[in-house]
Amino acid sequence: MIEGEVWKLGRDIDTDLIIAGRYCNISEPTELAKYVLEDLDPNFVKTFKPGDVIVADNNFGCGSSREVAPLTLKAAGVAAVVAPTFARIFYRNSINIGLPIFEIPEVAKDFEKGQRISIDPVTGKVTNLTTGLTFQAAPFPAFMQKIMDAGGLVAYAGERLGGAENE
Amino acid sequence: MAMTMTEKILADHAGLSEVRPGQIINAKVDLVLANELSAIVAIDEFGKIKGAKKVFDPQKLVIIPDHFTPNKDIQSAKVAKKVREFALEHNTLYYEVGRMGIEHVLLPEQGLVRPGQLVIGGDSHTCTYGALGMVATGVGSTDIAVAWALGEVWLKVPPTIKIEFRGKKKPWVSGKDMILYMIGRLGVDGGIYSALEFCGEAIEELSIAERLTMANMVIEAGAKNGIFAVDAKTEAYVKAATNQPYKIYSSDPDAEYAQTIVYDMDDIEPQVAFPHLPSNTKPISQVGEVSINQVVIGSCTNGRIEDLRIAAGLLKGKKIHPRVRCIIIPGTQKVYLDAMKEGLVETFIQAECVVSTPTCGPCVGGHMGILADGERCVSTTNRNFVGRMGHVTSEIYLASPAVAAATALRGSLADPGQ
Repeated sequence: MIEGEVWKLGRDIDTDLIIAGRYCNISEPTELAKYVLEDLDPNFVKTFKPGDVIVADNNFGCGSSREVAPLTLKAAGVAAVVAPTFARIFYRNSINIGLPIFEIPEVAKDFEKGQRISIDPVTGKVTNLTTGLTFQAAPFPAFMQKIMDAGGLVAYAGERLGGAENE
Repeated sequence: MAMTMTEKILADHAGLSEVRPGQIINAKVDLVLANELSAIVAIDEFGKIKGAKKVFDPQKLVIIPDHFTPNKDIQSAKVAKKVREFALEHNTLYYEVGRMGIEHVLLPEQGLVRPGQLVIGGDSHTCTYGALGMVATGVGSTDIAVAWALGEVWLKVPPTIKIEFRGKKKPWVSGKDMILYMIGRLGVDGGIYSALEFCGEAIEELSIAERLTMANMVIEAGAKNGIFAVDAKTEAYVKAATNQPYKIYSSDPDAEYAQTIVYDMDDIEPQVAFPHLPSNTKPISQVGEVSINQVVIGSCTNGRIEDLRIAAGLLKGKKIHPRVRCIIIPGTQKVYLDAMKEGLVETFIQAECVVSTPTCGPCVGGHMGILADGERCVSTTNRNFVGRMGHVTSEIYLASPAVAAATALRGSLADPGQ
């Protein structure tokens, strides 16, 4: 179970806001995490607690294909992102690198910053622990579930290649 | 069963006789592109794939360091070095400083992307190549690493939205204005997960350069890919670039579209996207007085020779406004050389513009024109997000090369027709 405090963000949160282009020559996730959401809220990194959850409005992660966007959120300790829709490249990247994401229509209006949220990643049941409201995330298509069950796309590809260890 | 172009190309690459929107397929890719920022992450992921010793086909991998090159600092130099070593070790196609170009200007120019292909790239603007009647889409670094190993990618077949532009362009209206106008109406998620198929009289009359500009920005409406029918112009363009084979697909007349949207060219004048979303568009007649500090003309959106010709046509024999810095960035070495031969570089320098080597540079906030606090830039690039080109309080206005050049002369947003 995921349980934490809610950080409420708006719609169209783009990948430049998540991690600015000027930091994209860094590939060490813990270093990138120092700059997470810096151009949206310079205090975010100081006040965010690992295990907290982002609840955002439509089209989260729009813009660049930079995989460091979900990597940075994960390294900063974001336990999950819940939004009505995700931009498609961000969606794939999150599945591929293992950042838990949950699609729930109209979800943003039912959460406020500082409320408590719990998420059952197996069933997709999301609860606003402060108000008691519950939500059901859309299930992942079977193929994506297979990737996640394999432990991510890299592990899945290893299975496809016969799984021999690299020399 | 009737299918759209996008569906037919995906079906063929998945070895299926038909596909439907929503279906998840494993498709063989014709080319896998990476720049240094996506490659640096992909190289580590490739190393983690059990059993992956070699790439699936070195001639189907292309690696182009273009974002922060020529290296802007030590960190970028280290990234470029590691990427170069990987490219040389695996003998991939590789274009670097002096031989390089901005990836999405270079690949069509080199004939590496052709009608009927399926291409993925570790860059969101990989969708550019759909202008040539193919399916091209951006993915992340892990997808790239796995495609390097397997030669395949998993894709969800997108529903197709038909976008028709009826009538003829007004003076000074370009493909850039048409795509900005569309994004202004659809919104930045209006095409989410979808294929956008362009058609109509105004589309048929567009040059290949303008179609590449339009396809480049479909991601700014959230789309998976944009696609244009192959016509005589496409074939002439591809044949001039390469003698490699290509395959022409067309949508069936009774193919199913999720939606058909019609725009009337009479309604479209030159457009400007105000900060901080590409959908925040206004027609040039309604922009008001907006003073500008910097103008950038270039990028994967508008760094082609046709774009530079338009800018030079407006700047010839004039000087830009004394308070404005104007940065011209040819998209490839060939564009740069052609611009020199045609006298465009001389026009730019005499107009007091600076002409840069090809690089993504300022578009991605890297180098070659970063903005200070409160500064405003008119740019022919594709994104005007907060902080994209520099300081968090700087502002980017997206426009065509004609609007950008006219603005450089006037010092504030300007209509090239006046």
